[in-house]
Amino acid sequence: MLEFTDALTLARFQFAFTVSAHIIFPAFTIGLASFLAVLEGLWLWTGQERFIRVFHYWKTIFAVVFGMGVVSGIVMSYQIGTNWSVYADKTGPILGPLMGYEVLSAFFLEAGFLGVMLFGMKRVGPKLHFFATLMVAVGTLFSAFWILSVNSWMQTPAGYAVNEVGQFVPDDWAAAIFNPSFPYRLVHMVLAAYLTTAFVVGAVGAWHLLRDRSNRSARTMFSMAMWMALIVAPLQIVAGDFHGLNTLEHQPEKVAAMEGHYDTHKGAPLILFGIPDDTAEVTRNAVEIPHLGSLILVHEWDGEVKGLKAFPKEDRPPAEIIFWSFRIMVGLGFAMVGLGLWSGLARLRKSLYDAPMLYRAAVVMGPSGFLAVLAGWITTEVGRQPWTVHGLLRTVHSASPIEASAVGTSLVAFVLVYFAVFGAGTFYVLRLMGKRPNSGEGEEIGATWAAGLMPGPSMEASHATPDGKGE
Amino acid sequence: MELDLAFIWAGLIAFAVLAYVVLDGFDLGVGILFPFLRSNRDRDIAMNSVAPVWDGNETWLVLGGGGLFAVFPLAYATILPALYAPLIAMLLGLIFRGVSFEFRSRTVRGRFLWDIGFSGGSLIAALAQGIALGALVQGIDVQNRAYAGGWWDWLTLFSLTTGVALVIGYTLLGATWLVMKTEGEMARQMRRASWGLCAATLVLIGAVSLWTPFLNDLYLSRWFKGPNLIFSAVVPLLLAGCVVLLVAGLRKGRDAWPFLGALGIFVLCYIGIGISFYPMIVPPNITIWQAAGPDESLAFILVGAVVLIPIILAYSGYAYWIFRGKVDPEEGYH
Repeated sequence: MLEFTDALTLARFQFAFTVSAHIIFPAFTIGLASFLAVLEGLWLWTGQERFIRVFHYWKTIFAVVFGMGVVSGIVMSYQIGTNWSVYADKTGPILGPLMGYEVLSAFFLEAGFLGVMLFGMKRVGPKLHFFATLMVAVGTLFSAFWILSVNSWMQTPAGYAVNEVGQFVPDDWAAAIFNPSFPYRLVHMVLAAYLTTAFVVGAVGAWHLLRDRSNRSARTMFSMAMWMALIVAPLQIVAGDFHGLNTLEHQPEKVAAMEGHYDTHKGAPLILFGIPDDTAEVTRNAVEIPHLGSLILVHEWDGEVKGLKAFPKEDRPPAEIIFWSFRIMVGLGFAMVGLGLWSGLARLRKSLYDAPMLYRAAVVMGPSGFLAVLAGWITTEVGRQPWTVHGLLRTVHSASPIEASAVGTSLVAFVLVYFAVFGAGTFYVLRLMGKRPNSGEGEEIGATWAAGLMPGPSMEASHATPDGKGE
Repeated sequence: MELDLAFIWAGLIAFAVLAYVVLDGFDLGVGILFPFLRSNRDRDIAMNSVAPVWDGNETWLVLGGGGLFAVFPLAYATILPALYAPLIAMLLGLIFRGVSFEFRSRTVRGRFLWDIGFSGGSLIAALAQGIALGALVQGIDVQNRAYAGGWWDWLTLFSLTTGVALVIGYTLLGATWLVMKTEGEMARQMRRASWGLCAATLVLIGAVSLWTPFLNDLYLSRWFKGPNLIFSAVVPLLLAGCVVLLVAGLRKGRDAWPFLGALGIFVLCYIGIGISFYPMIVPPNITIWQAAGPDESLAFILVGAVVLIPIILAYSGYAYWIFRGKVDPEEGYH
């Protein structure tokens, strides 16, 4: 097992912990920013009040989540230097400019227009305000573009040369940015972010529909989210399959570990479940479907699928982890498709707004996007091990020359602070989600909205709220 | 003509860090002043004065760090491990500061906690940045492209002094910002505070300025040799001009002047530090040319910077313009 006393292991834990905590927020805000832009656009286009009501409801939640994303992201941008300085020195000439472009094209755009989006409606008017919302959404997508280019380069490096001090230096920028796995990874991640948001929005809509079937804002949320699930969840399965084929081409050992194959097979089975054992090099208690593995991976009945034993032991990723994380991701993906189809059927039967069982399922599926995203990232990142730059720079050779006590202390500090701060944040977000969306009846509140103001819990807490919920 | 890309980039990163220092400087200063504000309403107003812009301000720090990684990877890879403890403290402080904007208005019972988070986070971040600055100025031990010093090298009397100096300086920026953005009793309180903070800032600047040249022969010769002596005389003169602007603004009730004066003081100190250790980027060992990545990297990102930085400045400036003037206590979306 792992030793918890050396700086390398502690630095790996610190990175895994802080990046896992961070990914939750962009996974949500990328989708939510686009959702907000669509809502405000629909409001301007159709003039229907329900869209701007739903917009204001989610805008508040966006602000809280985005704040957490910003502060956890800053940690990431400095951690590469503090804990992974050798990696930073060697990859800086290629990955540095890509991350630099992320800051210049995405972070400033988001940050500059976020203030206008949150506080500026009264000062700039609806059209410019919509522009600000659009810029925030575009910024999140630019950010995804660059950071996935960086990550993909680490998985499938291209367009580089190595100089005399061992740094990776650019040779062909287009090849480095649009490296072989980048398009697949970008599509897969953006769809994942949209699905994550759709399932959260759908769950909140469903939760309020369970209490009040006639709430028009909840209906709007639920309906839009279920369209997303119906259309995008199957697309995601297709995108995931293409991504898998790309991984097989460039990182076959990762696929072997995901599939739990130790031996190379012709006509490989698909192992549904089993317990991989890297020491004994065998997957125990395997439940298999003959030939299906080859059929899925190489699209041939008797196609050859390489097993882990085909690779030197020191170059293999740990199958024990990613065999399971991969199955969790795929399982959740199919569950999402299922819920989407169910909602499609309900819509056909005209019972979308009277389907308590569907609502309950949607509430249960609310966090599924986050879990799938985490499981997916674990699959791809643990699957990249033992390399930071696949095939070129090992994780062991990437760390800072640093004392274990320093990494350990900061790890403990991050864990404590993250649980306290992001725990509180999650609590506040859940409470905001529990607040019943305004349905549009009793329009005295409309004037406030027209002024660009949204009464939040802190304002309402001093008055009695209609449903008795407040502080 | 061959462009000296490393030189251009040193200038751009210096600009990004300066933009960060003055912009997030007043944000953090507002946070440090938070416990001294008299009522919850005053704290709401103070927070609303920075809420629309703080995120953009903080992004300059990401550009400073990210830019270092992009164009001076060796500097990034040696400075960050050397300043490990203060940088982690800064990040943790910034976490509390950043989330407090939203969290504070999500709860009544827990509001005091996020008041503490906001002011404590701001204080820790400011102190850590000042200590990190002092530790960089006093020098970082580098061998074989890696940090070679100990884990507590950053902690000296000098770095602690620069830490305190930056805290006081940020507080001055925050106080003069609030003079500009608020009215009535709160503005009066901030004007009174600005007097003392200005005096304290000047004393600390004097102490650090006199101390710095004796840390290193490079600094000594830079300031007191040959033609540089002219510049050494000009900087204090300009500084005096900024102080006059600040004081006159406080006296005459011209509410924007004190903030501009405080900004000027910061810019001059910053230039002074730059004069001290240019062309070193990791004093006393690594110059900007040694730390620079290959020209292909510097040129590639320079194209983006030349196009995007003016656009960023334009829309950031526009955001400030939208929220110009005194804060309306009734405004805010919460």
